[in-house]
Amino acid sequence: MEIYYDPHDLPRFEEIGNDAPLLGKKFFEYYNAVFAEGALTEREKSLIALAVAHAVQCPYCIDAYTQACLEKGSNVNEMTEAVHVATAIRGGASLIHGLQMRKIAGRLSF
Amino acid sequence: MARSPENPAEGSVDVASGVVPFSRFLYEKGLQLTRKQTTTLQVNVGLLCNQACRHCHLDAGPGRREMMKGETVEEVAAYARRGGFETVDITGGAPELNPHLATLIEKLSPAGSRVMLRSNLTALNDGKRDFLMEFCRAERVVIVASFPSLDLSQTESQRGEGTFGESITALRRLNALGYGQEGSGLEIDLVSNPTGAFLPPSQAEAEKRFRRELERRWGIAFNHLYTFSNVPLGRFRAWLKCSGNFRTYMERLAAQFNPCAFEGLMCRSLVSVSWDGYLYDCDFNLAERLPMDGVKIHVSEMTGPPGPGTPIAVSDHCYACTAGTGFT
Repeated sequence: MEIYYDPHDLPRFEEIGNDAPLLGKKFFEYYNAVFAEGALTEREKSLIALAVAHAVQCPYCIDAYTQACLEKGSNVNEMTEAVHVATAIRGGASLIHGLQMRKIAGRLSF
Repeated sequence: MARSPENPAEGSVDVASGVVPFSRFLYEKGLQLTRKQTTTLQVNVGLLCNQACRHCHLDAGPGRREMMKGETVEEVAAYARRGGFETVDITGGAPELNPHLATLIEKLSPAGSRVMLRSNLTALNDGKRDFLMEFCRAERVVIVASFPSLDLSQTESQRGEGTFGESITALRRLNALGYGQEGSGLEIDLVSNPTGAFLPPSQAEAEKRFRRELERRWGIAFNHLYTFSNVPLGRFRAWLKCSGNFRTYMERLAAQFNPCAFEGLMCRSLVSVSWDGYLYDCDFNLAERLPMDGVKIHVSEMTGPPGPGTPIAVSDHCYACTAGTGFT
């Protein structure tokens, strides 16, 4: 294997169900239901997915949801703000754990 | 020329575009593209435009000189009367830049057709043709306006600097004249197309969002919003190629083929006349110089609309009209 991430694998996503068809079917049914319009629009859900894709650092998802956001009518300003939301949560999650560090350090220190 | 679906040599994938020829694609699916009743006459009055949009399939722009002459305007108006078309759809370029536009509209009115004017809004409101908005109102012309995005930077990357604000100003003027207002009978529709190598959003969802945002931000009302794919011809095709997007865009269009959209394609019910008076199955075939029935027929030679069952000339750009919700 020359590279771990191959863009040509993205359209082959459904092949992941080949040796586990029932689980694959259940996953894709759920996945498609999640992204259908509900209380949130498809456009809003794609922006959330784009932010999450950055939080979980999935290049396939970033590729897919950048395209999906554009195709749902979003613009790069909105998409960049969504990425900042992910960044704020990721950064905030690290920082809030800093309180643990401070408590432990306080317990261990004079 | 239209490609023959019977030639098996044409079945292979085009390496450059990554897709099988459209004619072969239809053949393999057992589909035929033929006319139903032709109810719309589309008239391209020229390629001169005050904008040079990056998606333009006709390469229209300020440097173009192709323009429908007065004599052809007369011939087209006569054809419209002979043909009994329900709708006449005037396009360009920027149709407003053709000095014979008002004459054409006046001559079409007695034919009883619904007249649509495809406007980029900036040519309609550039201060050089102040009479035109009032004139359109008086003639009950339906305005079909380019408005690709609610976002300034997306719009201006496609259509040029300053176009967003000018479009908003023009829409507000049209609203003030009664366009888009309930009960006025004056219709203004918006056309949104992607600002790059991706497909358009769902028409219903985009219309809801445009209606809400245009009203909230600028107090603008409109009747309908149409979302269309960009067609890989002209300036857009050149950009797709030089940006390295051509192959993936063509593959994406082909992958999104929608049999329902295929049934309702506009070319089934429309005939398009070029600025020099020749007939095409659509404006995209006009861009490719792919004439109706494979032969150049002048509008003056036509006794009426092309008959139902007439084959429609196709090429690979037809993938754009059959993708997703299609071009109807």
